[in-house]
Amino acid sequence: MGSPARPMSPPGALSPAGRKLPWLAPAVVTGGLIPLAVLGLRARAGALGANAVAEALNQLGLLALVLLVASLAATPLKLVSGWTFPLRIRKALGLLAFFYACAHFLTYAVVDQGLDARAVIEDITERPFILAGFVALLLLAPLAATSTARMLKRLGAARWKRLHRLAYVAAVLGVVHFFLRVKKDTTEPMIYAALLALLFAVRIASAALRRRAASRRAPAGSRAA
Amino acid sequence: MSKLPKEPPASEITPPALYLRRRELLKNAALFAGTASALGGGLVWLTGGEAGVADAGGPGAPGGEAAPLASAPPPPDAAPPLLGTSARTPFVTDEARTDYEAIVSYNNFYELGLSKSEPARNAGRLRLRPWAVACEGELKKPEVIDLDTLLRWFPLEERVYRMRCVEAWSMVIPWLGFPLAPLLRRLEPTSRARYVQFTTLLDPEQLPGQRSDVLDWPYVEGLRLDEAMHPLTMLAVGLYGKSLLGQNGAPIRLVVPWKYGFKGGKSIVRIQLTERQPRTTWSQATPDEYGFYANVNPAVAHPRWSQATERRLGELRRRPTLPFNGYAEEVAGLYAGMDLRESF
Repeated sequence: MGSPARPMSPPGALSPAGRKLPWLAPAVVTGGLIPLAVLGLRARAGALGANAVAEALNQLGLLALVLLVASLAATPLKLVSGWTFPLRIRKALGLLAFFYACAHFLTYAVVDQGLDARAVIEDITERPFILAGFVALLLLAPLAATSTARMLKRLGAARWKRLHRLAYVAAVLGVVHFFLRVKKDTTEPMIYAALLALLFAVRIASAALRRRAASRRAPAGSRAA
Repeated sequence: MSKLPKEPPASEITPPALYLRRRELLKNAALFAGTASALGGGLVWLTGGEAGVADAGGPGAPGGEAAPLASAPPPPDAAPPLLGTSARTPFVTDEARTDYEAIVSYNNFYELGLSKSEPARNAGRLRLRPWAVACEGELKKPEVIDLDTLLRWFPLEERVYRMRCVEAWSMVIPWLGFPLAPLLRRLEPTSRARYVQFTTLLDPEQLPGQRSDVLDWPYVEGLRLDEAMHPLTMLAVGLYGKSLLGQNGAPIRLVVPWKYGFKGGKSIVRIQLTERQPRTTWSQATPDEYGFYANVNPAVAHPRWSQATERRLGELRRRPTLPFNGYAEEVAGLYAGMDLRESF
């Protein structure tokens, strides 16, 4: 009733992607930016505690990691539950993760290090802790740049998919970065490592199941031929 | 009765398509707002950290109100800042003092919680009196000394020291306390005494962090005897003219201003003179990252971060870290002939 009937839409897909849940992606982007607004307001009110720069760095970094893991959860979630809505917000989550990773790095380079290029370069080259985070950010950049439908078309689905598997590498590096940051208590980074492992496991299990199903069909087909 | 309501102008008439979709629009608007605020709220809850306004710490917070010390010199806000020659002594730096609020709300005291703000929240669990310090080991006159006795023996002095944390932040703290040397002299170390070991209270009831095994409790720190006898080394019982709060290591703690902050054992119950180098907590937990000496040294990086600069709390920009935290003139002689890269 609502949206005009699209004669082209196949019967299986309820309605084309753009029409179903039109509010979802904008809501994710808006909601994803709320923590930034809260952080900004707290900073202005002097409510970030005694070490405001460290607090801002921690929050921005954690936001990047949480959103990156959330974007990586989309496919496994769909595989397990059959829901399609996670796939509709995957791109928004991934771009938000990249946005926060950039904000995290800029806060480090500009506010924390005062744009001292030598100090930043020394950190990146000499400290695995910083290097892991920096490489994660670098890996996310091409993914953000190729996140549009046009780039997907230009690269072709297969190549695009292969490229975007780098998101997993970036997330692993993000968790390593987190691990190396804590002094002794590794509970929090452990949680993210476990989540990532779970997401990997779902994908691997589903790929294995698919291969088994395919190999069962294949011999039957060859016999028929 | 006479007039019918005026017909609205055509421009104000809702187009039928929109009119028919108004329910859907409203529904979508509600779903948008609900999803956005749920996601935003969830993210803030998950990543908003410990900076909530509620736990800003401070004297009114559960950390408790610090009582002014009876024998304390006048509070610093009453006394004019020290000027001229007196400001040049190593005992009182003329650098801007860190806000009291920051000193009592940003703490590393794992026994009271792993985050920076938890110690202030949990500090109320510490029972500060009665408190005794057992002085033992290689001493001719070992003694268990009640804290109030200790305070009668030694007049309190205010010392404004830089405090450099191994995590590359720093404060300037007006401590209240007394130097360690006269206490040790009074107890008469034997000729075999070469080190001093400081042990923090072990009581998971009062120090709930000791229920986790993140470190090997109780917390143990130590100094070489000559470091312990150095006039800069002190036992603090207060800061800013008030008695110490739990989160700062009440009721009595060690302060060694040229070493990283973790060398300053908190809530001390035992001072032991030993022949062998004490097995200090952090150097046991992560030997490649934290050494026994732990002298502030900008030239020796922590394996995971640089120690060349530091952030003074309250300042935005980092500042260079000074060798021995700016006390090189006083203490560098203690380490003559030593390779401080090796003995970090």
